[in-house]
Amino acid sequence: MSLKAFHIIFVVVSMLFSLGLAGWGLHQFITLGKTTGLLFAIGGAITAVALLIYGRYFLKKLKNISYL
Amino acid sequence: MDIPFTTKARPDTGLYNAKLGIWLFLASEVMLFGAFFSAYILLRVGADPGTWAHGLMNVPIGTFNTFVLIASSVTVVMAWAALKSRNYSLYRNCMIITIMCALGFLVVKSFEYAEKFRHYEVWMKDGSRMTGHIDYDDGGVKKHAYFWSTKTLIKKKIESISFTSDDANQWAPGQYYPPMTKEQLEHVKKYADKGPQHHAVVTIKSADIQRLSAFVPAHSTFFAIYFTMTALHGVHVLGGAIVLSYFLFRGRKMWQTDPDRFINRIEVGGLFWHFVDLVWIFLFPIMYIL
Repeated sequence: MSLKAFHIIFVVVSMLFSLGLAGWGLHQFITLGKTTGLLFAIGGAITAVALLIYGRYFLKKLKNISYL
Repeated sequence: MDIPFTTKARPDTGLYNAKLGIWLFLASEVMLFGAFFSAYILLRVGADPGTWAHGLMNVPIGTFNTFVLIASSVTVVMAWAALKSRNYSLYRNCMIITIMCALGFLVVKSFEYAEKFRHYEVWMKDGSRMTGHIDYDDGGVKKHAYFWSTKTLIKKKIESISFTSDDANQWAPGQYYPPMTKEQLEHVKKYADKGPQHHAVVTIKSADIQRLSAFVPAHSTFFAIYFTMTALHGVHVLGGAIVLSYFLFRGRKMWQTDPDRFINRIEVGGLFWHFVDLVWIFLFPIMYIL
C-alpha cells in the first residue's frame, strides 16, 4: 500500500473522528448545557466537511500515482 | 556494491524493499499498540464502579494536539507529492511544517504532563475525597507542589497542606467524582459559584489524610495506562520527528544523486508518520472523551 492509499484511509478515519467529536460535543451541550460542547460540535462538523473537500482534492491531484 | 530494489519493485513482492520493510515493521507496531488497547479495555471494564478516573483530562488541549497531528499528516504527504513533481523547495517547506507540528505536539504534551504532576487527589480518613492543587510557601515565594505523596508529608514532617480544590461546578454525571462530605462540598461550591477563577482553599491537617497522590501512574489504574500509552506514543512521535529531520537536513545530497531513492525514503517516513498519527486518533477519544 502506498502513502497515497494510506493517506486516504487516514483522511477517512480523521473525518469519522471529527464527526464523532461533533456528536459528543452536541451531546454535552444538549444534556449538560455546556457551551464548550456546542463549540466542539460546530468545530468537529466544520473539520469533517473540510476533510471531505480536502480528500476529493487530494484524489484529483494525485490521480496518476499508484495505490500500491 | 549497489543495494538492490531500492527504487524498483522486486518481481516476487511487487514492492521496493523499504516499503515491504516498513509494512512489516508497522505490523509489529499494530501488535504492540493493539496489546495496550486491549489491556485498556480489559482494565476499564473490570474496574470497580466509581474508581475509573475518567473526566480528569483537558479535552480542548487534547483536541488541539489531535488537529496538530492531522495537519502534520497532510503536510508530510504534500512533501512527498512535491518531490514526485520535482519541487525540492516545496518539499523542504512542507517537511519543516511537519517537524514543527511534531515538536509542537510534544511541547503541548509535556505541559499537559506537568499539569498532571501538580494536580492531586486527597483521600481523607473520614472517607471523603477531593481533587485540586497544593501550594506551599518557600521562603516567602508561593510554589506549586510537584509529585507529592503521603510519604512526602511524613518525610518533610508537614503538619497541614493548603489545598486549592477543583471547581465543583465542572463535575458532570458519569465523571470520576470525588465524594466530599456535605460541608466540604458546600464550602467548595460557595467559592465555585463566584466564577471559574474562584476556587476554595481548604487547609487540611496531615493527620486527617489517609492518602495523597498526584495524577501520576501510582494514582490509579487509569493514570498508569494513560501514561504508559501516551508516553509510548510520544516516543514514536519523537522518533518520527528525528527521522524526518534527518531527511530534511541530510537529504539534499541523495536528492541530487539518486532522487527516486530519496522519494521512496520520504514515502516510507510518511507511512510511519501516518501510523503514529492514526494511533493518536484512536488514543485521544478513549483517554479523553469516552
